[in-house]
Amino acid sequence: MTRPFLRRPEALLGGAILLALILIAGFAPLIAPGDPLAIAGRPLIPPFTDAGLPLGTDRLGRDLLAELIHGARTSVAVGLSAALVAVFAGMTVGTAAGFAGGAIEAALMRIVDAFQIVPGFLLALAFVSVAGPSLWVVVLAIALGAWTGPARLARARVLSLRESDFVAAAKVMGMSPAEIAFRQIMPLALPPVLAVASVIVAAAVLTEAALSFLGLGDPNSVTWGAMIAEGRNQLRSAAYLSIIPGIALVLTVISTYLVGEALTDSLTGRDKR
Amino acid sequence: MTLLLGLTGLSVHYPGASAPALADLGLALFEGEKLAIIGESGSGKSTLARVIAGLLPPGSRIEGRIDWGGGPTPRPGRDIGYVFQDPGGSLNPLLSVGRHLTEVLRTHLPLTARDARARAAELLDTVQIPDPARALNAYPHQFSGGQRQRIAIALAIAARPRLLIADEATSALDVLVQAEITALLRALCDAKGMTLLFITHDMALAGQLADRIAVMHAARMVEIGPAARVLRAPRESYTRSLLAAHLDLASPRLVGEAR
Amino acid sequence: MTLLVARGLTKTYPGARRIRALDDVSFEIAPGETLGLIGPSGCGKSTLARVLTRLTEPDAGTIRFGGQDWGALKGRALRRARGAMQMVFQDPGAAFHPRATVAGALCEPLRLHAIAPRSDWPDHVELLLTQVGLSPELAPRPLSALSGGQRQRVAIARAIAPRPKLIVLDEAVSALDASVRARVLDLLAQLQRDMGLAYLFVSHDLAVTRALSHRIAVMEAGRIVETGPAEALLAAPRTEILRRLIAAVPTIHTEKVPS
Repeated sequence: MTRPFLRRPEALLGGAILLALILIAGFAPLIAPGDPLAIAGRPLIPPFTDAGLPLGTDRLGRDLLAELIHGARTSVAVGLSAALVAVFAGMTVGTAAGFAGGAIEAALMRIVDAFQIVPGFLLALAFVSVAGPSLWVVVLAIALGAWTGPARLARARVLSLRESDFVAAAKVMGMSPAEIAFRQIMPLALPPVLAVASVIVAAAVLTEAALSFLGLGDPNSVTWGAMIAEGRNQLRSAAYLSIIPGIALVLTVISTYLVGEALTDSLTGRDKR
Repeated sequence: MTLLLGLTGLSVHYPGASAPALADLGLALFEGEKLAIIGESGSGKSTLARVIAGLLPPGSRIEGRIDWGGGPTPRPGRDIGYVFQDPGGSLNPLLSVGRHLTEVLRTHLPLTARDARARAAELLDTVQIPDPARALNAYPHQFSGGQRQRIAIALAIAARPRLLIADEATSALDVLVQAEITALLRALCDAKGMTLLFITHDMALAGQLADRIAVMHAARMVEIGPAARVLRAPRESYTRSLLAAHLDLASPRLVGEAR
Repeated sequence: MTLLVARGLTKTYPGARRIRALDDVSFEIAPGETLGLIGPSGCGKSTLARVLTRLTEPDAGTIRFGGQDWGALKGRALRRARGAMQMVFQDPGAAFHPRATVAGALCEPLRLHAIAPRSDWPDHVELLLTQVGLSPELAPRPLSALSGGQRQRVAIARAIAPRPKLIVLDEAVSALDASVRARVLDLLAQLQRDMGLAYLFVSHDLAVTRALSHRIAVMEAGRIVETGPAEALLAAPRTEILRRLIAAVPTIHTEKVPS
């Protein structure tokens, strides 16, 4: 018997953290109104010493809590958008390749190979340095390295579905190949891809942080990666500047994995006894 | 006649199912007889075969009694041989035919490796696999569906069971192969004095093979009797409807002859 | 006047053994007639069914159907013409999209072949269900909730929806219980009379084929080895394979029981 998704402890824990994060991201302007990059007080106030600035201030005297809250916004937005773009692109290419077969499949899968050989982070790095850092460029750059997994999964699933009787029946009925591929087969290939979507989200959040850390994030928005990078200079004197956004990053990634793991288990009927 | 197996008030509920898969069933199975269990899908005929062989899924609820006449409760694999519908299902694609047979033989009988191999070749010969010595080194996929079913039968009878259960063992096969396998099962049981429980949905096949026929319908046994009597003078209307639905080369045609 | 003329169909599957599934196969089907196609497994009859329905392309040969060069149709022209030749598959569980409802499955052909405006679809679905002997109340149910026999009736309803001239029945009743099978065969015969349908009835079961077919073609190793009117052909078989197929039909060795 498969336990439903919501009866799994890891799903509840991860889900609670993620939900909090998404709420914080969604309501960031309400929770921490004003410009998070504005100076709020004395520079380098340590955390838990000033009730008005609970997490303290950075080198320029900006409110760390406000930065963290607005940074969540970027992380969640970039992580989810990149995963969405990657899953959509991967599903489309994988389904087309698996269904078409022959030369089209060979060509598409070689492209997938090419993208998979280059490390995703290098791809993102190269793309952002060429296209210039903005939120959408970063999203595309991350998706560029993440769409191959969904493409392979979708293709494998489509290959086995392609030979089923209901596909033959649809052909005999006079349905067009595009409709068979994308309306009949693709929805059935979605569950295994959805199961890895959480890994893609987690990786996207990390990649975004890494890009920002290297100064290739969107300069107009606060990001955790940029915060860590900024704090790097005071690592000896004020380590909390890097540690606090670091903890936020780790919590986000871990809770995404937990939710993903639980989702995979309940989607595939896999269960530990 | 010696009683091999007696079932009294036997009921089976599968986990999570409200209706019983087998309800209040009584049956006496005698040594050396060939009994066909006939029924359509969902009638409970396969459940009957599985409960006897101890192959029900975990969590199934069994009520009533299963008594083995003479001797202790038999062990599946040793005292009960089971042949499934899908010949591929009971064979591991990664093991050679010889490995399959010697493993079963050495698990149940005190044999040396060499004797087990010789005995395995004999078994393949018994089920009429050509060139048994070579077949021992071959893998399941190298055989046709009919030959795989012969190998599955060889496996089932390897430990010299007292009871052989054939659960729709010929249903997945071509008509020509089906006739050969049916003949093989009959010959094997006659030669070795094995009791045969033959589960099928085909009336005529049951009539060709069995001494007695039991008819299952909606988890119950509705009729049992000597094969000829059940086929010639069925007492239950359900049995009559099954017979009426049977098609052979003398049945009325549904269309006119070609112009 | 013939409905379908196939000439010299040849198909070899690539691979180590280069199996010749079809070897210069030629035959005709007249409007409103059933041609039974019988043969042992692996004889090429399923390949022939798939070549006719353009699911598999032959290496050589021509197919003329309804006055068109059917084998040369491509793309949109082929999809438009497909309404005239439909197919029913063996496994009624696999022939529908896993998430389809009865109404959803029946609306597809109505939409694809513009049989009726969208607002009339519910009426058409109801009519189709009545035509195949199902209750219109089944329309909103998922196909997975139906029995095998009911699903096969929905498959037949889907096949007649675009008003075809020929339906290819590929082992269409082989997976059904005998009593269900008898009623589905009755339905097929009745639809043929009402709609003037022609059938290609592909089967390994000679008794069933004989019941529904005007003419029978016998296949062996990719070739049609014998063709003729059903009764005449079975009364005087000329090939060894047909004699073996006739001998393999299990018969109940008694006179038919009066019910």
